[in-house]
Amino acid sequence: MRSISHATLGALAHASSTGASARFLADETRRFHLGDVPHTGAPAAYFAGKSIVLALPRQLDTAVALLALDGIARRIVLWPPDAPADQFDAAAAAAGADIILRDWTWQQPGPHAGTSAQPTEWVLFTSGTTGRPKMVVHTLASLAGHLFGAAPAAGGPVWCTFYDIRRYGGMQILLRALIGGGSLVLSCPEEAPGAFLARAASAGATHFLGTPSHWRRALMTEEAPLLRPAYVRLSGEVADQMILDRLHAAYPSARLVHAFAATEAGLAFEVDDGLAGFPPSVVERAGGAADIRIQDGALFVRSARNAAGYLNGQVSALNGDGDFVDTGDIVELRDGRYHFAGRRDGIVNVGGQKVHPEEVEAVINQHPGVRMSLARARRNPITGAVVVADVVLADGGNPIEEIRALCRAQLAPHKVPVSIRIVPSLEIAPSGKLVRRHA
Amino acid sequence: MQVRSTVETTIIQVAGEHNKTLPPLTDDLALLNSGLDSLCLAVIVARLEDGLGVDPFSTAEDAVFPVTFGEFVKLYEDAVH
Repeated sequence: MRSISHATLGALAHASSTGASARFLADETRRFHLGDVPHTGAPAAYFAGKSIVLALPRQLDTAVALLALDGIARRIVLWPPDAPADQFDAAAAAAGADIILRDWTWQQPGPHAGTSAQPTEWVLFTSGTTGRPKMVVHTLASLAGHLFGAAPAAGGPVWCTFYDIRRYGGMQILLRALIGGGSLVLSCPEEAPGAFLARAASAGATHFLGTPSHWRRALMTEEAPLLRPAYVRLSGEVADQMILDRLHAAYPSARLVHAFAATEAGLAFEVDDGLAGFPPSVVERAGGAADIRIQDGALFVRSARNAAGYLNGQVSALNGDGDFVDTGDIVELRDGRYHFAGRRDGIVNVGGQKVHPEEVEAVINQHPGVRMSLARARRNPITGAVVVADVVLADGGNPIEEIRALCRAQLAPHKVPVSIRIVPSLEIAPSGKLVRRHA
Repeated sequence: MQVRSTVETTIIQVAGEHNKTLPPLTDDLALLNSGLDSLCLAVIVARLEDGLGVDPFSTAEDAVFPVTFGEFVKLYEDAVH
């Protein structure tokens, strides 16, 4: 008997094709047509039952590989393009990798059709609180079960995203496009933002998804007026009122939505009233995508779509069945509406890239003239936040330029403090830890 | 004129720190086609807030982001004056 939960991605993508509409996945270099793909899984015998790490340079090749391998491979690991290269070997070992794919040479592999006895495990990476990426184990059903069985969207919407499909947010969009009868325009890292938007516009994209930082950058291109979005969605960072207002002004007929999601728990909620933050009704409402609770000033989420677990052993609060999960996001109730007020752990979100303050402080503290330091977020209208640092010196002098050079040499550009301020002291809590204030 | 030169100097300095090569800063130069990425712009805006005491992105009434270098300078000139 055919079980829908074990239907493969290739079969679902094919089943959702409606009529003659030419569905596609496209990047800067080529267009992969979903309709005319033969149902012959040429590499199937080679990949059957294997644990496969996809470390492909292009998103499009990754998507095509997923179509071909889901239902055949035992496990597919999606190595993200921005993950630290020095952690690759450990990740591959944790995944028990049989095959590491660094290029995809099958130009038109048939998606594996039908069903599989065992669902393929999909492993996605998230940035953990220790800085080491966590490997989150999903299946197609845990990632996209909510999309199964739904009628394909009329007309096959053309989705476009700034996100990378090898991360959770981008993966959700790929699956929605494939299973929901649509097409998808993917970004390329080397492509100028304006050129990407022009390409999306000429491909007829109507459904656009990105972070507030993506959108701020998009609105600063000459090509922004070319877009004709019906739907604009923001997630991955806190959407402030400024970006919501400017998007509404630029695209007045688009439905404007901002969403909150956690990699392990899936979508928590969406807000579509054009205002920053979220109304208390979100907290009180039961039966939505997830249950929300505000506890100790932080946002807790309980979702039926929690991930199956982690591959590399980290114990997580997220694994408690039916338990509320602490997202670590601080919220404040102001004028009858909840607003995000930073993270309890001090993590700084620079344009969607997370920075752990301890990592920055460790570099600053290498300087012999530094007694202690505190890295924190400073609000920024382009990337949402940037990193700044307060430094207590061991004795006099002005080593700021030397500290800056240390940071530039050892940290990724988005982690380098934009400004370094010398302060007489830093507050220490009774626990002995630095007091981290929410940005 | 002073605002313009401060903006120019800051952009050139930040581009240098991020190993970006800039074309000449003419008024019709599209900022995001100049080689500056979002992070560079974020750093530029933060430095200008320190240097000029204003962040016109967060305070400007009109809901339009500057596209060209000329519009970027004007945003700051209007905010300072």
